Amino acid sequence: MTVLDVRRVAKVYGEGEAAVHALRGVSLSVEQGDYVAIMGSSGSGKSTLMNILGCLDVPSSGQYLLDGVDVSRLNDRQLALVRNRRIGFIFQSFNLIPRTTALANVELPLAYAGVKPALRRRRARAALDMVGLADRADHEPNQLSGGQQQRVAVARALVTEPALLLADEPTGNLDSRSTEDILTIFDQLSAAGRTILIITHEPDVSARAKRLVKLFDGQISSDVRQVVAA
Amino acid sequence: MNVWEVCRFAVRGIGANKLRSGLTMLGILIGVAAVILLVAVGNGSAQQVADRIEALGTNTLTVQSTSRGGSSPLTVQVAQALKDSVLAPDVESVSPVVSTSATLTYQGTDHSVQQFVGSYASYFTASNSPVGRGTGFTTADVEQGRRVVVIGQTVAEELFPGLDPIGQELTVSGSLFTIVGVLDEKSSSSGFQDANDVAIAPLTAVQQALTGYGSLTSIVVEASAPERVSDVQAQITTILNQRLKVEATSTSAPYRIQNASQLLETQTETADTFTTLLGAVAGISLLVGGIGITNIMLVTVTERTREIGIRKALGAPRRVILTQFLAEATMLSLIGGGLGVAAALIGSNFTIVGIQPVIVPSSIALALCVSVAIGLFFGSVPANRAAGLRPIDALRYE
Repeated sequence: MTVLDVRRVAKVYGEGEAAVHALRGVSLSVEQGDYVAIMGSSGSGKSTLMNILGCLDVPSSGQYLLDGVDVSRLNDRQLALVRNRRIGFIFQSFNLIPRTTALANVELPLAYAGVKPALRRRRARAALDMVGLADRADHEPNQLSGGQQQRVAVARALVTEPALLLADEPTGNLDSRSTEDILTIFDQLSAAGRTILIITHEPDVSARAKRLVKLFDGQISSDVRQVVAA
Repeated sequence: MNVWEVCRFAVRGIGANKLRSGLTMLGILIGVAAVILLVAVGNGSAQQVADRIEALGTNTLTVQSTSRGGSSPLTVQVAQALKDSVLAPDVESVSPVVSTSATLTYQGTDHSVQQFVGSYASYFTASNSPVGRGTGFTTADVEQGRRVVVIGQTVAEELFPGLDPIGQELTVSGSLFTIVGVLDEKSSSSGFQDANDVAIAPLTAVQQALTGYGSLTSIVVEASAPERVSDVQAQITTILNQRLKVEATSTSAPYRIQNASQLLETQTETADTFTTLLGAVAGISLLVGGIGITNIMLVTVTERTREIGIRKALGAPRRVILTQFLAEATMLSLIGGGLGVAAALIGSNFTIVGIQPVIVPSSIALALCVSVAIGLFFGSVPANRAAGLRPIDALRYE
């Protein structure tokens, strides 16, 4: 089953002379259970693509089908619902809510989904347990290391059990040990059948993915299946 | 997301920056407290004035002479002419008044009264000075010129500390007067004079002993009902003009009619203006407090634009974001307003610039409603802006 299907998507910032073409007609289709790494130099449009895939931004032209539904036809409320239920987004800069405990951060998507507090807490604790942070549940982001913060963010992305996990350079701000922790979690998730899209510019990160897509100048320059190392 | 959770988020938002939230609440607190308290002070002073004027009697008119130096045109005959059931049907009673200052002596103790009044028995009701202990004098006392006197509280306290003055004899300019009664204490003094520093005796006795049979100081006319006062005024004006031969076209009459209810009306208007003025000043401070809330909400929203972006990326619907910020603004203004009401209620127990504030309940409701409305209105502008942002724009905001 095709989880996401991108058809000739383009994105232009600005107008006229100053227009910047971040994406120039990208077509990509990802099957359920796939683990895709997107690589490209800075300015190649990979973050723009990821934002469009995460329904955080809208394409200038082209079509984006998520689970077979054209996202551009959804209204504000439905988009919020899609972001909440179908997509788990992991940012490079963690983007945890400050002055809020790890547990509350992980609970937040469930709160927006209308899950009852007791059940919410249980699921949030389970998600934190999965990323190995059960003992840090009551810590606030500024009391956690970068790797721990990113693991909280992963737990937050996973807690709603989304069909699609999007990670925008999740290891960009992390040291090698934390990177290894996060990638191990991704490997486990992939093995469990989750669909994962990850942006990176580190070869050893992309090496763990089943499929490697390279972006150059807003277009896909190569798209290969690879044998997973290790 | 139920109401309880929205409130919890709002409390967390307020608690995240305690100093800023505290200062905002202080602004609203001062605004609300000022509105309630200043309106209460205005209202208190209005009531004080009304009480004073009511103490003078609302259904009485006082005719006074305006001629300076020369003898007053008001005589007992003029006064009696006012009691005319045909020309002045609404007149209840007419009391000719002579008033002079006099020194009262009792067993070597002196006390000088500002007002030693000679009048008829009807004066007690007309001037709203009921007799507390003992009795007043009667019409028979007036006709026979008996030397009896009713004294005010101040006189009783000065001359008879700890004694019962009734039945005692006073010397007034060499004449002996027997005290038959003591007036009730009047609640407030009008103007500079102590309303309780007074002695009232039969007109004839006072004329005989003190003032002579000349003209009167004033004539107190009592109307049959407070709403008849203006009718009575017209009726006695006609009679007086006739008696004193005043031309209808003449601009200056030798007398002047004062009317307590007119006075009351004027004073009430003045007091109302005063209250409105105070309220307006206080309203401005409330508005300033409201602008404070707007400012804080704007800063809060701007500062937390990134957070809003994260929340939207996690699937927060627009409505939830809007509700959260509105709840924060409302909570700020409600807590501030509540504390303001409490401060005003405490403050109203104290006398402020000599006035006991009287809380107007509607001003509490108004001030609270306005503060919440300000919170909602001024909070909704930045909240709406925040909720309408695209997630990516909010996330990129620095």
